[in-house]
Amino acid sequence: MPYRIVKRKDLIPGQTVLMVVDAPMIAAKARPGNFVILRVNDHGERIPLTIADRDPAAGTITIVFLVVGKSTALLATLQEGQDILDVCGPLGRPTHIEKRKAVICVGGGTGIAAMHHIAKGHHEAGNRVVAVIGARNKDLLLFCDELGSFCPEVLIATDDGSRGHKGFVTEVLQKRLEEDKDIEEVVAIGPVPMMEAVAKVTKPFGVKTTVSLNSIMVDGIGMCGACRCTVDGHVRFACVDGPEFDGHAVDFQELRMRLGQFRCEEKQSFDQFKARS
Amino acid sequence: MNEKTKTPKKPKTPRTPMPEQPPFVRARNFLEVTLGYTAELAALEASRCLQCKTPLCRKGCPVEIDIPGFIARLRAGDRDGAYRVLRQTNSLPAVCGRVCPQEVQCEGSCILGKKGEPVAIGRLERYVADSFAAENGCMQLTGETTCALPREIRVACIGSGPSSLTVAGYLSALGVKVTVYEALHELGGVLIYGIPEFRLPKDVVRREVDAMRALDVEFKTNWVGGKTILVRELLDQGFDAVFIGVGAGLPRFMDIPGESLIGVYSANEYLTRVNLGRAYAFPEYDTPVTRGAHVAVFGGGNVAMDAARTALRLGAESVHIVYRRTKGEMPARREELEHALEEGVKLEILANPLRYNGDENRRLVSVTLERQKLGEPDASGRRSPAPTGETFDLPIDTAIIAIGTRPNPILLESTPELKLSKRGYIEVDPETGETSIPGVYAGGDIVTGAATVISAMGAGRRAARSIARKFIGEDAAR
Repeated sequence: MPYRIVKRKDLIPGQTVLMVVDAPMIAAKARPGNFVILRVNDHGERIPLTIADRDPAAGTITIVFLVVGKSTALLATLQEGQDILDVCGPLGRPTHIEKRKAVICVGGGTGIAAMHHIAKGHHEAGNRVVAVIGARNKDLLLFCDELGSFCPEVLIATDDGSRGHKGFVTEVLQKRLEEDKDIEEVVAIGPVPMMEAVAKVTKPFGVKTTVSLNSIMVDGIGMCGACRCTVDGHVRFACVDGPEFDGHAVDFQELRMRLGQFRCEEKQSFDQFKARS
Repeated sequence: MNEKTKTPKKPKTPRTPMPEQPPFVRARNFLEVTLGYTAELAALEASRCLQCKTPLCRKGCPVEIDIPGFIARLRAGDRDGAYRVLRQTNSLPAVCGRVCPQEVQCEGSCILGKKGEPVAIGRLERYVADSFAAENGCMQLTGETTCALPREIRVACIGSGPSSLTVAGYLSALGVKVTVYEALHELGGVLIYGIPEFRLPKDVVRREVDAMRALDVEFKTNWVGGKTILVRELLDQGFDAVFIGVGAGLPRFMDIPGESLIGVYSANEYLTRVNLGRAYAFPEYDTPVTRGAHVAVFGGGNVAMDAARTALRLGAESVHIVYRRTKGEMPARREELEHALEEGVKLEILANPLRYNGDENRRLVSVTLERQKLGEPDASGRRSPAPTGETFDLPIDTAIIAIGTRPNPILLESTPELKLSKRGYIEVDPETGETSIPGVYAGGDIVTGAATVISAMGAGRRAARSIARKFIGEDAAR
């Protein structure tokens, strides 16, 4: 069954790509927080990507990815009308969504796309969602309009102050937590240092904090344990036990180290790819 | 066993060795280690069979192959007939000839083995399957259905490993329409992601799968049972029966310090990267794996052997198999252990890891082991190890943990009606393989916990037979 790319858009030219992919079986079942594993061609590796949106009626899912190495660069070369060889999912446990007075969803960089789907899930459950998004500058912000379509507030932080608060999302978050006592949960998706910082900010407030871990995966269905992480002192598999965990219990330092375990191989592979293309 | 069988005369011909790559050559390549019999060697070995009236070998076979029957045809020069006998009860003869622990099954029961060496049944099975496929291709199997069905009968298999392939092969030969759902991108389950190329070439697996395609079996990849498709949806879609053969799943860790250091792998991860991902051909293929210089593998089963021999082939300077008991208690197939030792794998027996030690970058640098001594036999009949308190460090940069698996939760959580055993595996009727959900069957590692390819096939055969009995009739259930 071909997984056809029905829409492709450069969200940030040369860096971040959005694809809408024909995958009716996955679209029918995908829930916020789920991810897919895909493979671009028959020499390709299996890579996990969080589902950024779904349209069960159209039978499509949306993925958004940052070009960080060979596999994502290769994926980015595919155009509308072309097929992705393998797309498998929906994988992982969906986001645990409870009735809350208000929820803050924090997204950083490409993580904003994945956060969008979860924010939507909270909104559909009737929760008031405050979105907090951040990037280095205003041109790197994703999904502002999409989030704005259902979130009563979209708070923005940029490193250079080109839009919204000048500084980090954590500063915006801190202020909001101090002012808004209805916030019962914080969800954070983005770079590991950002999620770690968010968890640090929310801790003194005692607010439940959910983070989505982007561990290295191979099969994505629990078979290999490559994605294992330590949560509350126990080994957990991000693919079947997660990818979302209690941000106050995750060993972020270990996650960072494990994410870097193939840095040499990734560089070698990417350099070779760039030299050829 | 059968005491009436007379002790045979000493056979004139010794067991025929199988040609193989020399150890020092093969230890550095991923080509198949054993090369298989030629027609002459197969004829010579077949001539050793005594053609017992009450064959013990057949009782030792989990799928009850008519062993004297296929050997008799081979002796008569009827290779195709021999293949047909194999296929009657075994959907994957080329695979079984390579990976079955024959020494505890058919060959372990062979009467010749009492005084001398048993007939090399596995090697003969492999010869028949390989040479049939080489000359005829499997397309010849098309249209071999044995009975006309009263109506279309449809069966879904979840997973495409040995148990599901057996169900598919058995039922499709009866004219049942079988659809196989595989979660990964390649078909074959553990035969593809688990067992390395040098022991079971992927072409052999592909050939067996193609033979099923010729019998009109439909295969769907990237379908995760319990995620992409649910068991009850399959029943709702009109499948008469569903067979669950999803394998055991999650790798076990020992819960000791340092297990998440960089360089520590589960055997499943290490082997999946190399086998499914072809990491041995990185960067031509994109999946990477650490090419460790000093490797230790923990465990004494076939998976440990496969991982150790893979590490050698990836260029390791030293590979140790660390095992709590001694060589005699290792559950691995004898041939695999012997091959591993010939290739240069070293054993560190009576040793158990206490912790993995890392550097400031959380990279593995050594493992601390504790010397064990053997105590009284445990429930499994093996003498259990006991710690002595004596510890020592083994410098390593790669650790591969091959101590078994626990049930994968994906399908089980999505099917809460399935009754599970205390250990968390699926409970089935031992005669029929049927689960607590009527029309839903299960077999292989998701029922028994990690076991062998052939025992999974035996379970597949039992389930297929009861499906045939229920939906086609008693006559179909051969």
